[in-house]
Amino acid sequence: MQVKEKETRHIYTVSQITQDIKLILESTFEQVWVEGEVSDFKAHSSGHFYFSLKDEGAVLPAAMFRQANKEVRFKIENGLKVICFGRLDLYPPHGRYKLNIEKIEPKGIGAQQLAFEQLKKKLFKEGLFDPAHKRELPLMPFNIGVVTSGSGAAVRDILQILKKGAACVDVVVRSVRVQGENAAAEIAEGIADLNRFNKTDVIIVSRGGGSSEDLMSFNEEIAARAIYNSAIPVISAVGHQINVTLADMVADVFVETPSAAAKLIVDKKSALLAQLDGLRHEMAFSLSGIISRLNTTLVALRHGLKSPKDRLLERGEFLKKMQLDLSHHISHYLALAKERSGSLVKRLEALSPLAVLSRGYSLSMRIPEGDIIKDAFQIKAGDDVKTTLSKGSFISRVREVFKEGGAQ
Amino acid sequence: MKEKQTFEEDIKRLQKIVEELSSGKLTLGESLKIYEEGIKLAGSCSATLADAQRKVELLMKKKDNFALEKFEDEAPEAK
Repeated sequence: MQVKEKETRHIYTVSQITQDIKLILESTFEQVWVEGEVSDFKAHSSGHFYFSLKDEGAVLPAAMFRQANKEVRFKIENGLKVICFGRLDLYPPHGRYKLNIEKIEPKGIGAQQLAFEQLKKKLFKEGLFDPAHKRELPLMPFNIGVVTSGSGAAVRDILQILKKGAACVDVVVRSVRVQGENAAAEIAEGIADLNRFNKTDVIIVSRGGGSSEDLMSFNEEIAARAIYNSAIPVISAVGHQINVTLADMVADVFVETPSAAAKLIVDKKSALLAQLDGLRHEMAFSLSGIISRLNTTLVALRHGLKSPKDRLLERGEFLKKMQLDLSHHISHYLALAKERSGSLVKRLEALSPLAVLSRGYSLSMRIPEGDIIKDAFQIKAGDDVKTTLSKGSFISRVREVFKEGGAQ
Repeated sequence: MKEKQTFEEDIKRLQKIVEELSSGKLTLGESLKIYEEGIKLAGSCSATLADAQRKVELLMKKKDNFALEKFEDEAPEAK
């Protein structure tokens, strides 16, 4: 058995067996998709990327060479979950195999979205969105630069609204492509050109609505940086999308549509006209105030300047008026008093016993005692009685007294 | 091209005039003088805003220089 083994045994050199493994490995895994988490990421100075893909159970060394990785739009970072496409290769001098990646995409989130988030984070860290960097628009921009497509809807919208609402504004259009391969670079160039041209107060960077792919150019770093570097304030007015672009975030002012950008200018104009009206009124008000104050002073001064004779005459007039007033008051008071005394007399008359007598009653008294007889017990037969009537009186002698009856 | 600088300066001067007039510290002569100046300034600012002589141009690059061309404002189909 030992002999047989000896006869049939085949001994590889390290190179031979490595060569065989390489062949099997590379032909078996020529085109594979592998999913894993990035770790130990290194960007070599040569431009190649070296990292590992790992999961809970294993680690797979990986490389992505310069030609392949320059197409990657997002940043490969440790911890990022990715799906890679490539082939396995083995490097005999090291005796190691690795995944040679041709394509890589983030797992779960679109590559474009990830790139956007990463770029946003980077620009934020650099301070491109810093409110302190944002410049104020001029009080009234009379010269507006527009960076957009010269044949697009955006420029038409802007020009139409400005013509209607703020025809005092001159516009310089710098026509660029707003979508496609070089659009971001063209937009950046347009902004830089208007800065060099240096005759506009404001730059509107704009395009009409579209899908988020259409607006991609406004999310590119080159466009964002051009806006940041513009010495002229920039208004970003991109699309009808709810998504905010990087251009929007960097710009000094951002509005949602091209029309809104133009309306902003029109509103500035209207506000200024109203303000001018207000200032005019204020000036007129102040001036009339000054004049009426002076007038009051003048009247007072004129009074102070009157001659003694004028003043005496004035006093005389005053006295005359007082006299008149006084006599009027007195006669009025007298009339009043007369009226009151008349009514008092009437009331006194009503109370007098003589008034009662006039209605047929009479009054009797004993004489000579003179007391009024109210009761039959006061008198007896033979007494003399004086009876007073309404008109005149008489004396009579009592013949008989009846104590019963009477008024009671 | 209009002078935005001049406009902003005019507005600032105007605001100062309004302030001075309302302070009541000026003589009648001074008041009348700056009132007149203010009304003139307000008039010229309003006129600048009401101006309708707008230009719409296209910025063209010719080598390293810029040139302005007339920009066709109205959409051709709208005519």
